[in-house]
Amino acid sequence: MSATIEIRDVAKIFRQFSGMFSAPRMVRAVDGVSLTVPAGGCFGIVGESGCGKSTLARLILGLHPASSGDILVDGRSLMAMPRRERARLIQPVFQDPFSSLNPRRTIHDIVGLPLAAQGISGKETTKRVHAMLERVGLRSEMAGRLPAQLSGGQRQRVAIARALVLGPRIVVCDEPTSALDVSVQAQILNLLAELRRDMGLTLVFISHNLAVVEHICDEVAVMYLGRVVEHASTDALFRAPTHPYTRALLASVLTPEPGLGIPDVGLGDSYPDPANVPPGCRFHPRCPMVTDVCRTEIQVPRRVGERVVECMLA
Amino acid sequence: MSIRKIAATIGAVIVLGVLLMAVFAPLIVPHDPFAQDLNLRLVPPSFMEGGRSDHFLGTDQLGRDYFSRLIYGSRISMLIGLATVITSGLIGITLGMLGGFIGGRADMVVMFIITCRLSIPLILVALAVVSLVGSSLTVVVMTLGLLLWERFAVVTRTTVMQVRTLDYVAAAWAAGCSRSHILLREVLPNIVHHLVVVATLEMAIAILLEAALSFLGLGVPPPLPSWGLMISEAKDYMFFSPWVIMVPGVSLFVLVLGINFLGDGLRDMLGATRDA
Repeated sequence: MSATIEIRDVAKIFRQFSGMFSAPRMVRAVDGVSLTVPAGGCFGIVGESGCGKSTLARLILGLHPASSGDILVDGRSLMAMPRRERARLIQPVFQDPFSSLNPRRTIHDIVGLPLAAQGISGKETTKRVHAMLERVGLRSEMAGRLPAQLSGGQRQRVAIARALVLGPRIVVCDEPTSALDVSVQAQILNLLAELRRDMGLTLVFISHNLAVVEHICDEVAVMYLGRVVEHASTDALFRAPTHPYTRALLASVLTPEPGLGIPDVGLGDSYPDPANVPPGCRFHPRCPMVTDVCRTEIQVPRRVGERVVECMLA
Repeated sequence: MSIRKIAATIGAVIVLGVLLMAVFAPLIVPHDPFAQDLNLRLVPPSFMEGGRSDHFLGTDQLGRDYFSRLIYGSRISMLIGLATVITSGLIGITLGMLGGFIGGRADMVVMFIITCRLSIPLILVALAVVSLVGSSLTVVVMTLGLLLWERFAVVTRTTVMQVRTLDYVAAAWAAGCSRSHILLREVLPNIVHHLVVVATLEMAIAILLEAALSFLGLGVPPPLPSWGLMISEAKDYMFFSPWVIMVPGVSLFVLVLGINFLGDGLRDMLGATRDA
């Protein structure tokens, strides 16, 4: 059985200390996101650095409390759920397998950690750790080693084994391949896709690599400055992007064609600042299609056919 | 072997030597360190002119065997060093972990306590304590232990702050581990190599401070043979019998140097994660 994640108008505002006598800066990392992640699918979240996609992942994992809104799994609120129970339901795979494994503990202890937290120990742990290591394509002798003795790809496999050892239903992958060599990326992606099929997982896949998202996701949400600006099936989104930001994002993909240079996506040089959100449509300072109305009127998500777009021009 | 490794080995040998000397003091001393013999006052060491073969490092102003007193003095130094490091380490590491891990208000309180401690002059407090409750070994240990924790606290706080943002700590949270598990099993092992250096530094400082306090008459009371007290008692005789001040002085120097060498070596050893 899998789980449906319902994200209901979730916001996360960080207070940033800015000197003894000035008011703290309010950084709106995630600002009113509503999404429904279908059971058993692979759900992609894309966007540029600082758009709030990693913060959203951490909210789903319960690593940060949400400032407002709620996240439900099968109708049960994650905020109200005890941490140990949530651990059996949702597990993470992080970006950098060099910082996501404790350098002073053996692979056995690292993969067995979620079991230890649930009060499982001894032979049962060893048995399940060995089975899990073999499931992710590592030899069980590796259990006695330290992370420093493993390659990047092997480490990421260990991180996946740790995420799956409790048999969770949802795995949140925060850019699981962007720290890896290109040759290893494909192996890890195929492993994730295979495990999803075999274990009936729901994957939440966060990435800025559009090729990867197109390859493994069924549905994609595009985030900009803390909000979801477009949400559609992978096919529809990549075939016919509607939101101007999605179009720019897809146009920014580099081609292997020599001589073409870096594509000009028409976004300008300005960079969005989540502590200082522009009025009206938050994308308007960079939008190539901007109109006067965009500068004043706040955009709301609209349903256009099968997709949800937050742009009045779409 | 690199120079650093040689230094670390020398340090380990010195510290281990002094430690063994301290532990087995009653078995190795040739004379009773408290027995006075007024006929044999200020006898020079056996290798100097006028020395006697049965008093290897000579005798002090009361005719007590200097070598035996030196060995017994190592007990005081090691005891003060270790006890102070344990006491101050417990206080400092606990405070640093609270501030660094919880952050926010807890961190502000911890920083305030550290600042308060830094504004207290050590010798002055020791003076006040001794005049209030009198001097004894316990008083010296407690005074130093309760005052020398700030370096532990500062280093622990900073390193915990660095480690707690790493993904393996986030993974432990997501795995449902308890706070104490995360602090003691995930965070602490990854900062321990910094703390070892602080511990050795603190131990050397404590030993030197005890010597300074004893020299001022605020440390361990006579006739206990502390190295600082030996220096203090010897200062009246240093012009005509210079060895009485040189022997404990050189011992103190060598021990502190050895501790510092050992600390650097341990940091290099523990800091490097094992490679394939």
